[in-house]
Amino acid sequence: MKKNFTSPAGRAFLALVLVFIIGSIFNADGAFFKLGTHRDTLREMSVYGILACGMTMVIISGGIDLSVGSILALAAVCSAKMAIHWGYSGWLVLPACLIIGGLCGAVSGFLTARLQIQPFIATLAMMVLARGLSKYASGGMKVSTAIANPDGTYRYVNVPPFFQDIDHRILGGSFSVVTLIFIACVLLGWLLMSKHRVGRYLYAIGGNEESSRLSGVPVVGTKIFAYAMSGMFAAMAGICQAAQEQQGDPEAGVGYELIAIAMVVIGGTSLMGGRGGMGLTLLGVLTIGYLDKILSINAVPEAGRLVLTGIIIVIAVLTQRRRRT
Amino acid sequence: MTGICKDFGRTTVLKDVQLEVRSGEVHVLAGENGAGKSTLIKILAGIHADFQGSIHINGLEVRPKSPLDANHLGVAVIHQELSLIDSLSVADNIFLGRTPTRHGFVLDSVQQKLAAQWVQQLGLDIDTRRHVGEFTIAVRQLIEIAKALSQNAKIIVMDEPTSALNAPEVERLFALIQSLKARGCGIVYITHKMEEIARIADRITVLRDGKWIGMAPASDLPIPKLIQWMIGREVTEPAPERGCVEDQPQRVDVFGSAPLPRSGSGSAGLPVGPGGRQRLKVENFGVFPRGFSKKPAVENISFSVRSGEILGIAGLQGSGASELFHGLFGDFGSRTRGEIYLDETRVSLRSPQKAIEAGVALLTNDRKATGLVLSLSIVANATLAGLRELSPMGWRQPGRELTAAKEMASAMNLRAASMDMEVGFLSGGNQQKVAIAKWLQIRPRVLLLDEPTRGIDIGAKQEIYQRMREWAGQGIAILLITSEMPELLTLSDRILVMHRGRCTAEFSRQEAAPEKILAAAMGTAMTNRQN
Repeated sequence: MKKNFTSPAGRAFLALVLVFIIGSIFNADGAFFKLGTHRDTLREMSVYGILACGMTMVIISGGIDLSVGSILALAAVCSAKMAIHWGYSGWLVLPACLIIGGLCGAVSGFLTARLQIQPFIATLAMMVLARGLSKYASGGMKVSTAIANPDGTYRYVNVPPFFQDIDHRILGGSFSVVTLIFIACVLLGWLLMSKHRVGRYLYAIGGNEESSRLSGVPVVGTKIFAYAMSGMFAAMAGICQAAQEQQGDPEAGVGYELIAIAMVVIGGTSLMGGRGGMGLTLLGVLTIGYLDKILSINAVPEAGRLVLTGIIIVIAVLTQRRRRT
Repeated sequence: MTGICKDFGRTTVLKDVQLEVRSGEVHVLAGENGAGKSTLIKILAGIHADFQGSIHINGLEVRPKSPLDANHLGVAVIHQELSLIDSLSVADNIFLGRTPTRHGFVLDSVQQKLAAQWVQQLGLDIDTRRHVGEFTIAVRQLIEIAKALSQNAKIIVMDEPTSALNAPEVERLFALIQSLKARGCGIVYITHKMEEIARIADRITVLRDGKWIGMAPASDLPIPKLIQWMIGREVTEPAPERGCVEDQPQRVDVFGSAPLPRSGSGSAGLPVGPGGRQRLKVENFGVFPRGFSKKPAVENISFSVRSGEILGIAGLQGSGASELFHGLFGDFGSRTRGEIYLDETRVSLRSPQKAIEAGVALLTNDRKATGLVLSLSIVANATLAGLRELSPMGWRQPGRELTAAKEMASAMNLRAASMDMEVGFLSGGNQQKVAIAKWLQIRPRVLLLDEPTRGIDIGAKQEIYQRMREWAGQGIAILLITSEMPELLTLSDRILVMHRGRCTAEFSRQEAAPEKILAAAMGTAMTNRQN
């Protein structure tokens, strides 16, 4: 039993339990015990959580992806343009945006895996580039249901059903569809990392790239796959964001990559690569998501929330540190 | 230095070693790989501070506690891997750690002037403001010497300084050594090259297996005698007795069942191994790690290995033997020349993946850096090379992996509490068994083993020898690099000797003798004359 609390999963779980205990104590006159609070918390963390899924794959491979926030914006703009302005069906918008995100990720993957640019730099470049693309695609304006006519007036269109479906609640309003999408993303990520060959390859590359290469692991292809997946997850998050806001904001997602990284690290996935997992990331997402919610229902102002979150990240990482033997 | 002893854990690497250097002499420290030369130097340089024995410099007993401390005592070591910082200027490097300053600000012009003086004393005409990284290895070495002189070093240790130099650069270094002698510096010179010893040594100290063998003026120690000292026995007759082979009776048992009787091999110097069919043939093979325009690591090597044969490859550091293995394994991509035939079919192995598909396996010489993924479990490591085969649809089958890993573990006699244990927690010998087990999964046709027993205990060594004989019995062609002479002589059916990327000699099992191999590895054999 004692062993369980020294394992990364045990410690990440402990942190989450701690957050729940804090929530039960500072329950803001019972607000913490209301179903609606949990539904909203889960909905609010979903976009970040989806980003964290892709980030986990990249970090386990020993890399980092700074471009997810920008790819989110690009996908948000593209999906809004297609769904709202052009009236395309969701069956077209969804795969098209995923492909765009996947391509962006594949490019960063190619830059770092094949051309040997450091992941930090390669994805930093993609972060700037994708932001530029999203501004180009949107013309620098929010893509919303108000469409500018050539004569300067606006006409208004309805929110497309595709967005309505995503920003929907099911089970009598007790569960958001975006949360469902987040759970599906975690599941997909877990399947790939724990049940598929590619996951084993990613752990191996993150643990020792040279040994992996000399064991016949297709290092370049596997790394490109990880970054492409991260791009696709970011695009999915972008679609969710656009659906919730009912618009595609080219300025969306600024700084989201750092929140996603924090969630992955709090879960216990090592930034050095080779160790961690999708389950840990789920715990990390829940921890940060709930922490933020508890602080906000207790009316802690944003300034205080950010400071506290920063301190908690440091504490979490310190306790996660592996003891050298 | 007298009575120096040093042990790492339970293994003793130096036992009662002594070294005396006089001012104005070149004292060569000789010995095979692993004789303890570098450990002795590291003690002198303050890198290993815990040792027994005593060091006296100019009559005073000293105990260097750190490299900096050693510098203050007048000891400067010029390592094989130079310790200069490429991205700093020459002057910054020379005065690193003792930069001239006023009120904490660097006096750049003063430093520049002083550095230029030191550099000019060595007959080097370079701008000391340029970065060290812009210069060739030879110049960098001179900069390092300038640094040593500026620290007022009395004892300068040079560890294989010529390994990266061409002939004119070597001449320049030797001229410099003469002038250092004239200044009264004592020089400790480590080299594997006999001709250098013959040229510059005043006195020679020989170490073997961590023990002090003897010290003699160079004039009293001609090369053949020196080699005897290094290897450890007198050679009384040209035909070597094969004591170490007879020590291993299993050898005969294993190959007794092989198609060709051992007694029939080795006639007329023909490469006749056990087994029959030619497994691997390599023709005019060259490896160019830094591109075709640069100096190759391996040049024009041709050989063949039969199924069931163990071909030993001997060579000192920088011989290119490891690069040959990596080249055969596709690690250098297209930066190789020549032809490779596997079972008489020409193959192109441009990546490790292709090599593995073709049935070539490489055990690298550094299991932690290039062999294993220490953060993964035994199962994950053991199945990494064969994972494609174990998960045909992409989805992993943990049950199959565990079965396969268990099978390999029992074949290697691996001792571990659980197959899910991280490899990093295993002992060196068990780690090596996992590194080897990984290759059994792909059922290799050719096994390239680079120092398979490095850093493991004697029991594990014996087990690995046993396995190698079994694999050879199964028809696998084995290429073996080892720096341990008994291992090489005991296991190899034939021995190829490399020196500076070329093959300098080939010996059948009967012909092989330590002194001949060492002579060829140092490039003093007849065949080397053609270079």
